[in-house]
Amino acid sequence: MTAILAILEQRNGSLRKGAAELLAAARQVADQGGATVDALVCGHGPVTGLDGLGAAGADRVLVATHPDFANYCPDGVVATVAAIAANYRAVFVAATSTGKDLAPRVAAHLGATCAMDVTSVVMAGAMLRVVRPVYAGRALQTVDLAGTPVVAVRPGSYAGVAAAKAGAMDHVTVPAFTRRLEVTGIRAPEKAALDVTEARVVISGGRGLGDAKNFALLEELAAAFGGEATVGASRAVVDAGWIEHGAQVGQTGKTVAPDLYVAVGISGAVQHLAGMRTAKVIVAINRDKDAPIFKVADFGIVGDLFEIVPALTAAIAKVKAN
Amino acid sequence: MKIAVCLRRVPDTTTKIVIGADGVSINEAGVKFVPNPYDEYALEAAIALKDAAGSGETIVVALGEDAVQETLRTALAMGIDRAIHLQGKPSADGLENARLLAAHLASLNCDAVLFGKLAVDDYGQQTGAMVAELMGLPCATAVAKLEVSGGRATTEREVEGGVEQAGCALPAVFTCDKGLNNPRLPSLKGIMAAKKKPLDIVPVSAGSGQVAIVSLALPAERAAGRIVGEGAAAVPALLQLLTSEAKVL
Repeated sequence: MTAILAILEQRNGSLRKGAAELLAAARQVADQGGATVDALVCGHGPVTGLDGLGAAGADRVLVATHPDFANYCPDGVVATVAAIAANYRAVFVAATSTGKDLAPRVAAHLGATCAMDVTSVVMAGAMLRVVRPVYAGRALQTVDLAGTPVVAVRPGSYAGVAAAKAGAMDHVTVPAFTRRLEVTGIRAPEKAALDVTEARVVISGGRGLGDAKNFALLEELAAAFGGEATVGASRAVVDAGWIEHGAQVGQTGKTVAPDLYVAVGISGAVQHLAGMRTAKVIVAINRDKDAPIFKVADFGIVGDLFEIVPALTAAIAKVKAN
Repeated sequence: MKIAVCLRRVPDTTTKIVIGADGVSINEAGVKFVPNPYDEYALEAAIALKDAAGSGETIVVALGEDAVQETLRTALAMGIDRAIHLQGKPSADGLENARLLAAHLASLNCDAVLFGKLAVDDYGQQTGAMVAELMGLPCATAVAKLEVSGGRATTEREVEGGVEQAGCALPAVFTCDKGLNNPRLPSLKGIMAAKKKPLDIVPVSAGSGQVAIVSLALPAERAAGRIVGEGAAAVPALLQLLTSEAKVL
């Protein structure tokens, strides 16, 4: 075993959240086999935060600079990784929207296997053994990967570890490549809000809200948390057009693992539970005491959400004010 | 415009998962199988792209054992023109399946190849992008907007904190997300017509690849929770629990 390559994401010259987590996963595997961890950052100019990567577990920080890297440029990143891949035992990326796009491209280019949404990865002899949720988290698959696998680690699966390494900076050459896909930029979403996969607190609404306009109650509760909460939704209300599909939590939506998940007026269909069952703490507010959501909720309140939610909003606001 | 859609047959999303006797797959007894929900967006997009172009052909391709033919007929009933069944057991290694698909898609010379962004059984989330890379084609994944004109495509997809916009020349590969369109249901007329549409069978053999499934298990159940109380009067107790017991505030 030689080294593990961890590809870190940056946007507009800032490292994306999750770099320390990904390095922690790579570091743990590397330490099992006496290997090193190289972090690769592809940017179009200076990237801030690289000096902290040694403390997060990177032996080396490889910087690849190219004008086309102003936006995400999968073809260029694939070419850059391919040029140095012979040095590595495995390639790690974060299973974000970008990482999920990148991982299979890198794998196919290298003739390697790709494991997505990995929640645990260890060495198992000559193989990497990974655990990944399948069937929307209703089963866990353990898989052994041979060769030089590309492993996309699900955000929230690892805590950053203090395993201070040198983090020596080095530059890598971006080889010539054909930019087949041209990413032109990122526009703000219709509604500026934290993504449900990134928020520490998710307040989700379901059919029990009765009407699209009542999502305002949840917006107010989210606002009371002061910038760390966002609003999610069940499939039923997304399909009804009450809220945009980006907010949907569940099997055909997003899988979230926030510290706190508050399900308001959501009965708890199996497809919804699949998307939020790994939240640290689940609170359910529902009129029906027999709703399946109460089976997975740590704490439940039975009753009229139109009374309970405003009271909770006021109480949270008071706690946050202190 | 010639468009191919790669289709998967998956258990219905309401399926109760029971681990099979082999310990590495689910028990399929009594399980209802459906077209992968994300592939339905791809099928709808293919039909719409051909309609917008005014001419062309839509082809649905599926790799799998014989049961997948039923899923292919569903796609034909939606309005796809013809089907190709790559007959064989898929590999546990997604790259091997991508290789088979890429080899057959190359012979079709399509303007666009569409996939769902993921299949709701194994959540591999890789086949489309791998096929594109193997074929040397541009690829945009998880698109919620796809517009084609003058031999180019523009796409949008959701990323953390925004919507990423991209463009590429055709031919290209796209994987489709929810929000792209509203898939049509097969009409009775479509179901009748599907019986007469061509469904070609091509025997294939997927390589074993570099993946070995060790086990499939059910996740640990969450510990049973408790009802804190009823109505707004229970809010102070809830807050107390969140603050001192769960420590999430």
